[in-house]
Amino acid sequence: MLHIVNKSPLTNGAFDSCLRVATGGDILLIEDAVYAATSGSAMEDKMREAMKRFTVHVLQPDLEARGMADRLLDGVSSVDYGGFVELVAQSKNCQSWL
Amino acid sequence: MPNIEVNGKSYETDEEGYLVNLGEWNKDVAEYIAQTENVNMTENHWEVVNFLREYYDEYQIAPAVRVLTKAIGKKFGAEKGNSQYLYDLFPYGPAKQACKIAGLPKPTGCV
Amino acid sequence: MSDIKKFMFVNRKAPYGTIYALESLEVVLITAAFDQDVSLAFLDDGIYQLRKGQQTKGIETKNFSPTYRALDGYDIEKLYVEKESLEARGLSEDDLLVDVIVLPRAEMGELMDQQDVVLSF
Repeated sequence: MLHIVNKSPLTNGAFDSCLRVATGGDILLIEDAVYAATSGSAMEDKMREAMKRFTVHVLQPDLEARGMADRLLDGVSSVDYGGFVELVAQSKNCQSWL
Repeated sequence: MPNIEVNGKSYETDEEGYLVNLGEWNKDVAEYIAQTENVNMTENHWEVVNFLREYYDEYQIAPAVRVLTKAIGKKFGAEKGNSQYLYDLFPYGPAKQACKIAGLPKPTGCV
Repeated sequence: MSDIKKFMFVNRKAPYGTIYALESLEVVLITAAFDQDVSLAFLDDGIYQLRKGQQTKGIETKNFSPTYRALDGYDIEKLYVEKESLEARGLSEDDLLVDVIVLPRAEMGELMDQQDVVLSF
């Protein structure tokens, strides 16, 4: 299953809820959720833990827009819009953690 | 917004003739709306209309036809709990016509 | 019948602060007409949608909480509540206005995995 998160984990509980409930699979971070995949934030340890259970992707244009492309955590895959579509198409189902 | 006038009092309706304020409903308004729908209100019609009002009061929605049919059958017996019976009473659809007469909004999902 | 799909509506927002809860409920009622396998999941603040005793007169907003009790008549009988979210809000099943199935988070996650379509609100 693909889990899509679009809120900053520092101000919104959606990412935490996803980690709490989801059993595994892929997580795609888009919009403000891309901050979850950057180094040096208060989320970093939690993110590294999550990467043991999930394959984590980040939408590159959203990361670049926020000036954080140079802070992407190792092990997080970055995808463009085409990659986003591919992820959705490959997944059996997906859940947006609004 | 169009209005209807019954016994000298004006009632606001939407462009399809549904009463805007369901609290304003009364039997005379129901009779008036029924007339505009060419429905002659009998005891059987009132049974459905009153049932709809009770349903709305309890659940805050107008039931879908399928749900209404089942619930009518449960309350008044199988001979009334079928769409043939309800469409005989309200030829343009129990949901649309009976709800309008009952002063309720159109059922959710009803186009 | 093989064309029946499993639809899950995931509700994570409290009732009156945003329009999500009401919109979800309306889509659920519409979906009920299509004879699919529909279930509702309540997580996080979504649990507050099911709280007993809502009185909305003071905020001049329609109280749509009684409508959850109509779902049974629409043959929507699977209402799942995540245990951890319920406990985090100091609530128990008795505080809710409908019968629900309480699931620990792992089981909730598994149930989500099994769906054909997940709609989030």
